[in-house]
Amino acid sequence: MALEAQDVYFRYNKKQPWVLEGRSLKLERGERLALFAPSGRGKSTLAMLLAGYLAPTQGQILLDGEPLPSKGVCPVQLIYQHPEKAINPRWRLGRVLEESGSLQEDMLEAFGIERPWLQRFPRELSGGELQRFCVARALLSGAQYLICDEISTMLDVITQAQIWNVVLAEAEKRKLGLLAVTHNRHLAQRICTRMVEL
Amino acid sequence: MNLLEIQDLSVSFRMYGRGLEQTDLQVISGLHLAVRPGEIVAIAGSSGSGKSLLASAILGILPGNAAVYGQMLYKGEELTPQRQQRLRGSEIALVPQSVAYLDPLMKVGPQTGGPAEKRRSLFKRFGLPTQTEQLYPFQLSGGMARRVLVSTALITDAKLIIADEPTPGMSLDQALEALRLFREMADEGKAVLLITHDIDLAFEFADRVAVFYAGTTVETAPASDFKTGPEALRHPYSKALWRALPQNGFTPIEGFQPYAGSLPKGCLFAPRCPYKTEQCIKEVPPVQEVRGGEVRCYHGT
Ligand code: SF4
Repeated sequence: MALEAQDVYFRYNKKQPWVLEGRSLKLERGERLALFAPSGRGKSTLAMLLAGYLAPTQGQILLDGEPLPSKGVCPVQLIYQHPEKAINPRWRLGRVLEESGSLQEDMLEAFGIERPWLQRFPRELSGGELQRFCVARALLSGAQYLICDEISTMLDVITQAQIWNVVLAEAEKRKLGLLAVTHNRHLAQRICTRMVEL
Repeated sequence: MNLLEIQDLSVSFRMYGRGLEQTDLQVISGLHLAVRPGEIVAIAGSSGSGKSLLASAILGILPGNAAVYGQMLYKGEELTPQRQQRLRGSEIALVPQSVAYLDPLMKVGPQTGGPAEKRRSLFKRFGLPTQTEQLYPFQLSGGMARRVLVSTALITDAKLIIADEPTPGMSLDQALEALRLFREMADEGKAVLLITHDIDLAFEFADRVAVFYAGTTVETAPASDFKTGPEALRHPYSKALWRALPQNGFTPIEGFQPYAGSLPKGCLFAPRCPYKTEQCIKEVPPVQEVRGGEVRCYHGT
């Protein structure tokens, strides 16, 4: 069981240069992979391709040997750096979570999501608090793979450790495949089992 | 002698609700900080700890509904609004957090100002191509724009440089180059106030580190103490920051920083502090000198 990028190329249109040229990558269930690269090498693009947010110009993304499903909730979930851009600003946060599955008490507890927050709008919470919602939402949807693109870069180190500890515990419990895009080598060493340079 | 000295600074915002309802949101409370020529003081702390607001308070660019109390001295004299306006951009320069500070209608070269030669050598050190001067801000990538912003401040003859999160979006090499330049500026006798959440880098390049929490300085200590470890630090929150770093255990304390508007009455860290006593909950602890650093804690050691 694996998520795979096979010789993928990507560019926005024919006049633009390649953002990604001939990349391959394999992520197994239960494996945690860190992806490093200088800026401009297409890390975030690869993350979006793997989660089906973008389609490769050439090559393919395979989940257990099949293309990503085009209907229903994608088993590959992407979480990125700016949680405020990933959440509908007009929805109360309780609704954001309900949309992706039933609210699970133990999950709220594990993420330190406090009950009153569910009544609030995104702009009323800090980045760290919102990022908890984005991670919780991805996990509630029953994802098998998590693609984490610099999810703790904008957070302070205590919040970073709080969030990652929950993600790691859930990854272990559910045998998730996890890909972490990060520029922090200490963090990568702490959270991943394998590292790849792009 | 301190170039900038801040004592017991408080900032609050007056918020208007329905009808005649009014509330004051205290965003900075009882903050102390001093910067001497020749040093880099890093300000570390989570977002919402008041770091960027402090920069605005020093420059005198807080919004109109802000009330400022306490004392700010520049070269030993009070920083009045008139003085702030005079010093801003000449003696005190800001590296702003957002690219939105650049004039969108002006090419990068003229906008950066300073003698062309100095500008070119700065751009070169940052790996910015010479043609960058001919571009408009919208043509810059995020990382390029950051490097332009840093150049804009370094090119002035400012004595005090306030850099508000200058490195995100830069590659590690570029971030190190920017910090090396700040270091050089400090070694030439300028003072640098470096606001950052990249605390690893701050420990390497700063002389002292001020730790912010919920709008106040809980500890100011030599940067070397942060490299030594928690036994060298004085405040329970600084120790908690250290222990949460991935290279040092990755163990977070529980809970959240309190919001302006629902601040605890005594020590601001008390709700999360394992060492709190009766006294901590009742009254705000005073700033104390401990082992060559300052700490706001009854039980700081
Ligand atoms: S004053 Fe008390 S509550 Fe505050 S940090 Fe010190 S020991 Fe903890």
